[in-house]
Amino acid sequence: MRDVTGPLVLGIETSCDETGVGLVRAGTVVGQALASSVDEHARFGGVVPEVAARAHVEAMPGTVAAALAAAGASPADVDAVAVTAGPGLAGALLVGLAAAKAYALALDVPLFGVNHLAAHVAVDTLEHGPLPEQCVALLVSGGHTSLLRVDDLARGELARLGSTVDDAAGEAFDKVARVLGLPFPGGPPIDAAAVGGDPAYVHFPRGKGSDATFDFSFSGLKTAVARWVEARERAGEPVPVAHVAASFREAVADVLSAKAVVACQDAGVGTLVIGGGVAANARLRTLAEQRCERAGVTLRVPRPSLCTDNGVMVAALGAMQAAAGVTPSPLDLSADPGLPLGGRAA
Amino acid sequence: MSRTLPSVLVLALDTSSAACVAAVVEHAEGHAGRRECVLAQRSVVAGRRHGELLAPLLSSVLADAGQQVHDVDAVAVGVGPGPFTGLRVGVVTATALGQALGVPVHGVCSLDAIGAALPGRVAVAGDARRREVYWAAYEDGKRVAGPAVDRPQVLLELGVDRVVGAGATLYAEVLSGLADPTGPQYPSPVLVAHLALGTAGAAGAEGLPGTAGPDRLSPAPPIPLYLRRPDAVLPGPAKRVTA
Ligand SMILES: [Zn+2]
Repeated sequence: MRDVTGPLVLGIETSCDETGVGLVRAGTVVGQALASSVDEHARFGGVVPEVAARAHVEAMPGTVAAALAAAGASPADVDAVAVTAGPGLAGALLVGLAAAKAYALALDVPLFGVNHLAAHVAVDTLEHGPLPEQCVALLVSGGHTSLLRVDDLARGELARLGSTVDDAAGEAFDKVARVLGLPFPGGPPIDAAAVGGDPAYVHFPRGKGSDATFDFSFSGLKTAVARWVEARERAGEPVPVAHVAASFREAVADVLSAKAVVACQDAGVGTLVIGGGVAANARLRTLAEQRCERAGVTLRVPRPSLCTDNGVMVAALGAMQAAAGVTPSPLDLSADPGLPLGGRAA
Repeated sequence: MSRTLPSVLVLALDTSSAACVAAVVEHAEGHAGRRECVLAQRSVVAGRRHGELLAPLLSSVLADAGQQVHDVDAVAVGVGPGPFTGLRVGVVTATALGQALGVPVHGVCSLDAIGAALPGRVAVAGDARRREVYWAAYEDGKRVAGPAVDRPQVLLELGVDRVVGAGATLYAEVLSGLADPTGPQYPSPVLVAHLALGTAGAAGAEGLPGTAGPDRLSPAPPIPLYLRRPDAVLPGPAKRVTA
């Protein structure tokens, strides 16, 4: 049996449309539960902040109860509470913060406000063990597209190397899915539609693909796909959905993986961690594996259920902070929708 | 005061207005009837900072009362109506406290936590933003209309003698002579506790008109009373990017 001594950390995540609760002890997931309001947003074609905030209130107690039940724990067993303080949707973050403060207050345990992006990196330690001294992280989801250099996760020493200048990578998937008549969120249906499609059928633009920065741009790509599809429709020709999906996905995976590997080489770092919902994309994984292997970079991608937003990632980072002796957050901790890197939430 | 056990320690809070309010109330029931003892109460004008201010306020009010959080036997919370973001902070805090402590959580209409203590025919109006008010009308502490959200002009048609609350101050001009700026502006946390335990109008309750009907003022589940649907626009067909 695994050694499971150490503090039991409860993690709460509400930065977007997932109410995530996780329990971590000694680098191990001991319980988790997730409620999602994604179905309520589907008909709007994107996350509606007020709908998400209402759903978090409704889901919170049941999700916490389910995570505790999965761990065979009671509230009194919790030794610390960690919560996402930002970045994310302001109204949604506030619900998680209020809940986390109440649990910390009621249980008389320390509270750790954590950075959501750093938590996406921290979660990988639950699957692949401690991170090396330094690594580069590529975080790609419907809400973020960031390339970070990670020096000390627990102490919040992260530097942003680049990020998207317009749409997040996941947003591009959502918008292109709409153009192709596929459901929201767009990632999984585009991945499914692309099977058997030719990734070289159309060469869509790689936004900022050849510039010297580590920034990304996906709005031009989305428009290019829409133009191409409309031209076909105008000509009265059928739209080859599999080929378009595969070609679009190729453009996204190509630019993301290429820049991430160059960032590792530039920083002289031998490890790349990929997190966020888009990390579950099959083509991105394959392309990143090939390019990392060629560049001698170790690639770490947590399993898909840990890549998407969840409470375990928050608990994982909270546990790292507690272990590192980081000062807990005060009860007047603010939500910070645009929480910057390079500093822990205070 | 001579207490008859068993007693129930209630932590009450409300974040439906521009203030965070909280109280610790000891509620005892015995041969002499029901007795309430307010051990401490606090409020802070929060504006839009309920998320930052509520938890420290609860911590302080418990300390003022000389009580530990694990001594709390029940949590009572105003469930609105009120501006959504602040309201949610109070409701989710109460729910989480109840869950962590293993004690019940009672929801109370926040407007009742003003109106239940007022004699006569009174409307309570809160600021609903967008030039509207959250309102309810009371006759000797019993809610007879609302809660609802409307233009402040609607209050003129209720047949009340005065309007109190933040909405009354804000729309004093519209309300002509009805606005009573001397009335309470924010929900009373003591009333939240009181209403949650279903004791409105009961013998021994102090400062209450005593006619509140249990059907209109009984505790509700701790679910926010939004009264408005989320603003969200259904998308039309995908916009063409080519002319
Ligand atoms: Zn995320």
